Amino acid sequence: MNIQTASQINGFLAAFVLLTAFGMLAQKRIYSLIHLFTWQGLFLSINTAIVGYVANKHHLYISSILTLSLKVFLLPYILHALIVRLNIRKEVETVVNIPATMLIGIALVIFSYHLTAPVTELSTLITRSTIAVALATVMIGLLMMITRRHAVTQIIGFLAMENGLFFAATSATYGMPLVVELGVALDVLIAAFIFGIFFFHIHTTFDSLDVEQMARLKEEDYTE
Amino acid sequence: MMLLVLLLTPLVAAVVLAFVGDRKLAPEVNIAGSAATFIAGTGLALQVYENGAMMAGGKFFFVDAFNVYLAVLTSFVSMTTAIFSKRYMRRERQHGRVGHLGMRFYHAMFQLFIFAMLLCLLTNNIGVLWIAMELATLSTVLLVSLYRTPTAIEAAWKYFILCGVGIAQALFGTVLLYFAAEKVLGEGGDALLWTNLSQVSDKLEPTVLSLAFVFLMVGYGTKVGLVPLHNWLPDAHSEGPTPISAVLSGLLLNIALYALVRCKVLVDGSTQTHRAGDIMMGFGILSILVAAFSLLRQKDIKRMFSYSSIEHMGIATFAFGLGGPIATFGALLHMLVHSLTKSSIFFTVGHASQMHRTQEMDRIKGLIKGNPLVGWGLMFGVMAIMGMPPFGVFTSEFLILTATMKDAPLMTPFLLLGLGVAFAALLRKVQNMVSGEIPPYQKPLKAAHVPVLLHMAIVLFIGIHLPDFLNRWFKTAVELLK
Amino acid sequence: MNGIIVETLQIAILIGIAPAFTGWVRMLKCWMQGRTSAGMFQPYRDLAKLFSKDIVLAHNASWIFRFTPYLCFGTVVLAGGIVPMLSTDLPLALTADVIVLVGLFAIARFFTALSGMDIGTAFGGMGSSREMMVASLAEPAMLMAIFTVSLLCKSTSLSRIAEVIYTAGFVAKPSLAFAFIAFILIALAENGRIPVDNPATHLELTMIHEAMILEYSGRHLALIEWAGMMKLFLFIALSSTLFYPFGIAGTDNPAGVPVAAVALILKLFISGVVLVVIETGLAKMRLFRLTEFLGAAFLMATLGMLSFFILE
Repeated sequence: MNIQTASQINGFLAAFVLLTAFGMLAQKRIYSLIHLFTWQGLFLSINTAIVGYVANKHHLYISSILTLSLKVFLLPYILHALIVRLNIRKEVETVVNIPATMLIGIALVIFSYHLTAPVTELSTLITRSTIAVALATVMIGLLMMITRRHAVTQIIGFLAMENGLFFAATSATYGMPLVVELGVALDVLIAAFIFGIFFFHIHTTFDSLDVEQMARLKEEDYTE
Repeated sequence: MMLLVLLLTPLVAAVVLAFVGDRKLAPEVNIAGSAATFIAGTGLALQVYENGAMMAGGKFFFVDAFNVYLAVLTSFVSMTTAIFSKRYMRRERQHGRVGHLGMRFYHAMFQLFIFAMLLCLLTNNIGVLWIAMELATLSTVLLVSLYRTPTAIEAAWKYFILCGVGIAQALFGTVLLYFAAEKVLGEGGDALLWTNLSQVSDKLEPTVLSLAFVFLMVGYGTKVGLVPLHNWLPDAHSEGPTPISAVLSGLLLNIALYALVRCKVLVDGSTQTHRAGDIMMGFGILSILVAAFSLLRQKDIKRMFSYSSIEHMGIATFAFGLGGPIATFGALLHMLVHSLTKSSIFFTVGHASQMHRTQEMDRIKGLIKGNPLVGWGLMFGVMAIMGMPPFGVFTSEFLILTATMKDAPLMTPFLLLGLGVAFAALLRKVQNMVSGEIPPYQKPLKAAHVPVLLHMAIVLFIGIHLPDFLNRWFKTAVELLK
Repeated sequence: MNGIIVETLQIAILIGIAPAFTGWVRMLKCWMQGRTSAGMFQPYRDLAKLFSKDIVLAHNASWIFRFTPYLCFGTVVLAGGIVPMLSTDLPLALTADVIVLVGLFAIARFFTALSGMDIGTAFGGMGSSREMMVASLAEPAMLMAIFTVSLLCKSTSLSRIAEVIYTAGFVAKPSLAFAFIAFILIALAENGRIPVDNPATHLELTMIHEAMILEYSGRHLALIEWAGMMKLFLFIALSSTLFYPFGIAGTDNPAGVPVAAVALILKLFISGVVLVVIETGLAKMRLFRLTEFLGAAFLMATLGMLSFFILE
């Protein structure tokens, strides 16, 4: 595989990652959301392997396998098992104003492009153009966490953000040092167990995973 | 060697405590683990004090005057908190707020949390710094929701989500930092080592580092609890068990600020401007003002002191941003005395709310008559935190104020306004709580007096006479952060 | 000189083959759904039948109502002169670019909508309002998709676009892929196909295009139907020009025209299959969900444009 093809495939996978990010922003069904997340992880994993091959960076293979096992198999499995256990498989979230969210998403992509322009300019790697996409994925994950009101969706947004960060590391620097990659993966794993426990706590306490109900902690005015 | 002991002790203690569970001797094991950590920390500090900065584990760990003092502080406060939590948690257990599993979990996670903070401080790798910071968040999330009440779960969820989002930004900043470093230092783990980076910081690309700093500021700033990223803090600090509030407010905020300052040094070296400092000053002064005015409207005692933490972190951030030897000295001292004072206040607050079975300030009354230690402890603690002489906080705030008048005179009125408002708010509320007759619903309680007295004595001592070794230590740290 | 001959030939093919293409699509659909088909040439028979019938005209019909069928037919025929199907050597394509093409479709739609309201029946007005809603969402998306391709080729002339893409060979670009997906979605909406509209139904609640032209009969109806068939044909040709202009003859190569004609027919056959698969696989959407469908098209087109700037 020559550099030209690799760079093309890289561009395509970046586009797919962005597409799945937008898909998640609009998807109402929790079940389909997990599918989209799985796809995003798969694209990332393939992308990492290709970049590792072209740039001859063997530690990227490890990251790629790590991503594959964590983001494509383990996390979707955990999420899936959780929604089956909590019996929210068919749950459909009420999402307000998808078109507006989409437009904000597009604005975020443009914003990320401008923000990362100096970095892209300085970079000499074949993956340099995807840095903007990576930041955009992070931002869209953030947007998803803000606009959605369901605990599972918020977590998927959180994980999508993490995907974006991983993507950023791959495209800006051919991946962080292995120690850091492993550590981050460990943190994600711990986070997965914690949100798993959380889902049960929230479900038993509030009888639903809608975080809208969690609005008891507010600033009250002090009256004398 | 000492360093390894320091790091491994809490980790081993966490594992042991996970097995010990809810047995009778669990609190003692917890105290013993923390005490061992403290001894190791002191040993390490002595080594650094005599031989200067050092590296260990093949450049993986790095100890200098700046982080070793925070390491000693961390291990010390965690030890006193462990002592305090013995009585406190036993009572909570009797009240039925924590179960069998909860206690096992509480002890193990407490030690894991200490480990994460120490790793944060001692690692030389800024990537690992991020990982440890995230680990510190994750290990405390479930402690905040320990009581399983709706509000506690809500607070923990907020903490988890908002800090997760924030810290993700910091990781992006770290990626950018690595991107710049890689160009100078070559690929691989060495390019993320702080010692290497600080040597070549003038060669790092300034545009990339400025961008990186914005992300790092937002990321670690969320964990410091700076306004407007502070939303999670009052909830998380007020809904968890009080020992956790004490370590969150007293220690974790310090650690996040430490991470931010480490990054700022690199950015300053690269950009050769005061831009990073200006950003920190802006966040700092905003935090001071917003927190001070929020203090006025609080009803919940732990919530109020959480806001006070935001205010003081604002002061320290502001001072670090201001830069210069006096302000940095003041900031370092402020981190120390705030940590000691605030954890001591939380100890007394914990007892006070246990005596009244509520956290509402209106219902807490007659503390001095009911339990002199708790009453006077709270009174003196609050006087110290307000910056009354002769306590240590006065010294640090005085230093910072002097530096502000000299370097950024326009900021002085805002700083004074914030301090004044906080003073008034705290004083009025605390007076109502400590004075007056004992209300009928108040239950007597045997307070843990060692931690409170120890902390207050140290703060008082520092205020009256700053020990020579601390002075020398801070001066070395100031040199490092120039 | 060559150009004018090719131009004429193209228009002749458009007018002549469009009904056969529609017949092909209907036939395939019948096969897919296990029905007996009326054969590929049924549309010709339908058109002939309509032409031989008298016109029934409402007495309050204005000139707009009578004028619209001719206008529709005329604009589509004119559009056939702009879109390079056989050769890029088109004299008209030099004067009119892709924006004009979109404009031509818009004129036809505008007048159809007016004529829908002209008689004053409830269905006509309803159809017009729905059609305009679809159009208002589809047009920006279509322009966005076309602009993405234009940016890539640095020209809005369709001949130029076809040449650039043809000479570049098969280069996979994310921006083109996104623009293509967006274009397919828009083409479905613009031609009133499933899942946006059902061309075979006259069910009051769901129809859009058919409701508008409900009052037409005889020759008028024949012209409008014919224009509709040509429009479908043109969209296939347009997508071929923009995204896969293989086989098209260059400016200096008049001998390539027969090859181009074969390629065009082949592409039509395949496109018909794809269209039928889409139409059979999907159900018609509720009207309220159309905004989401067209919003997705717009998003795709915008993403295509963004990825042009970011990734290429």
